[in-house]
Amino acid sequence: MLTINRLSVRDRIRAYLRHPGSFLLLLLVAAAAVVTVATLLFLIGYILVKGVPNLTPELFSFIYNSDNVSMMPAILNTIETAAVTLALSVPFGVGAAVYLVEYAKKGNRLVGLVRITAETLTGIPSIIYGLFGMLFFGTALHWGYSILTGAATLAIMVLPTIMRTTEEALLCVPDSYREGSFGLGAGKLRTIFRIVLPAAAPGILSGIILAVGRIVGETAALIYTAGTVAGMAGLTDSGRTLAIHMYVLSNEGLHKNEANATAVVLLVIVLLIDAVSSWVAKRFEAQKQ
Amino acid sequence: MEQITWNRVREAVVQGIFLATAVISIIAVALICVFLFANGVPAMREIGIAEFLGGTTWKPGNDKYGILPMILGSIYVTGGALVIGVPIGILMAVFLARFCPRRVYRFLKPTVDLLAGIPSIVYGFFGLVVLVPWIREHFDRSNGQSILCACLLLGIMILPTIIGAAEPSIRAVEQSCYEGARALGATHERSVFTVLVPAAKSGIFAAVVLGVGRALGETMAVMMVVGNQPRVPESILAGVRTLTTNIVLEMGYATDLHREALIATGVVLFVFILIINLCFSAIKRSGKE
Repeated sequence: MLTINRLSVRDRIRAYLRHPGSFLLLLLVAAAAVVTVATLLFLIGYILVKGVPNLTPELFSFIYNSDNVSMMPAILNTIETAAVTLALSVPFGVGAAVYLVEYAKKGNRLVGLVRITAETLTGIPSIIYGLFGMLFFGTALHWGYSILTGAATLAIMVLPTIMRTTEEALLCVPDSYREGSFGLGAGKLRTIFRIVLPAAAPGILSGIILAVGRIVGETAALIYTAGTVAGMAGLTDSGRTLAIHMYVLSNEGLHKNEANATAVVLLVIVLLIDAVSSWVAKRFEAQKQ
Repeated sequence: MEQITWNRVREAVVQGIFLATAVISIIAVALICVFLFANGVPAMREIGIAEFLGGTTWKPGNDKYGILPMILGSIYVTGGALVIGVPIGILMAVFLARFCPRRVYRFLKPTVDLLAGIPSIVYGFFGLVVLVPWIREHFDRSNGQSILCACLLLGIMILPTIIGAAEPSIRAVEQSCYEGARALGATHERSVFTVLVPAAKSGIFAAVVLGVGRALGETMAVMMVVGNQPRVPESILAGVRTLTTNIVLEMGYATDLHREALIATGVVLFVFILIINLCFSAIKRSGKE
């Protein structure tokens, strides 16, 4: 179809001369694309150029003090927070998706309610999660400012992401797999754990990695739950993640160079995580076909 | 015989566990509502609802809690972000869906995803070190931290949200509509903009609503560039404070009624977001019919 309609450049120019309105639209559309790409390249380029020269070994020393403003403790706190968050949210997110896809019957009222609430959770801004985490986990459960409070708050925040990606991955598993398993005499439980979940694993994994990206980049939900104390933190201590470290540095305005360097590290980590997630997702799609 | 009943029991128990994980999102939404409203509404009542929502002075030191400037601030900033983000976002979505060759698409799609992945704190930092000085130099009577700056930054930040939701809906319009328009003699641009885009309007509208939600709920990036003065702004070069930033700025040291007034600010924001979520799902449902 496309080859039949292909015009030579000269024909195309002539066609546009006859329809200046169309040419204007083409220009607008192209301009939007250029603006979008240019903005992104400028943003990433600027952060890299300003930050990379400021990356010094002192910034990665294991002990934080106000001279070296090391980001290493913050990086370790981030890893800890991400691990605890996933430990809390993955079982619930995957379990909920399994229920929705494998158990729930069509037209089930509960399913509708679960979907509506999950959609609501997706739309809630992170500052509201932060407030709720502070009021519920921090005050009502007396966990105070701690990594645990922060992680529990984030677990609710990323729950809909994990639920949705797992659901999509489960729906991609062909019914013939399930039928084959039932036909061989396996029960529902065995079919789910031995056949369906392994087949959907890469899709689920890509969703989990995506959630990690959100956890690493999150600030507003953590300031009043995990707190802003510098230095390595145990589960029940207050500690800042890398994104919060970045916020504190740029807010004080005392350590311009270090803030630039921290921005690079944060940006690169988050973008790498997102790239891995989409790579895994692509592998999953290729595997399906 | 015993084996079979044991299996049945096990299947039932596991189904119960999956069901329990599925209702977690319902519980989460219920808890968030209960805790926010229970902590915020009494303060509203104590201050007086009219005084709280309609008062123009926010001076916690003098027991003045009027959040009208913040409500207006949020509306201005969100509106400005839409003015910038919506045209570019929709044109870019049109470009991705109908104009760009597959080879360019394979490069552009990940670019848009990258924009979505950048943490808001990095956007805020970029705004603080690039946009704020730029505005300070090019406009008189402004120290840079202004509504204009927040609008520019949020306009960029909502781009991936709008593009990501609008592109599939433009793509989903049946090819025969496009072919019909071409067969009647319309140019490519005219067919796209007068046939495909109107056909996809509910999806595009839903994308804009998503963008509104994102802009309204954004906290950290806005806080770093918007100036945060709690007063009704007189020009777009003046600083302002939004609902989200009001919470983050003062929650750290607030006590008693002040603290509860901040939570009540969160309640107002939460209600706004719930309304937007309702609009979004209503538009989506009407699009499906």
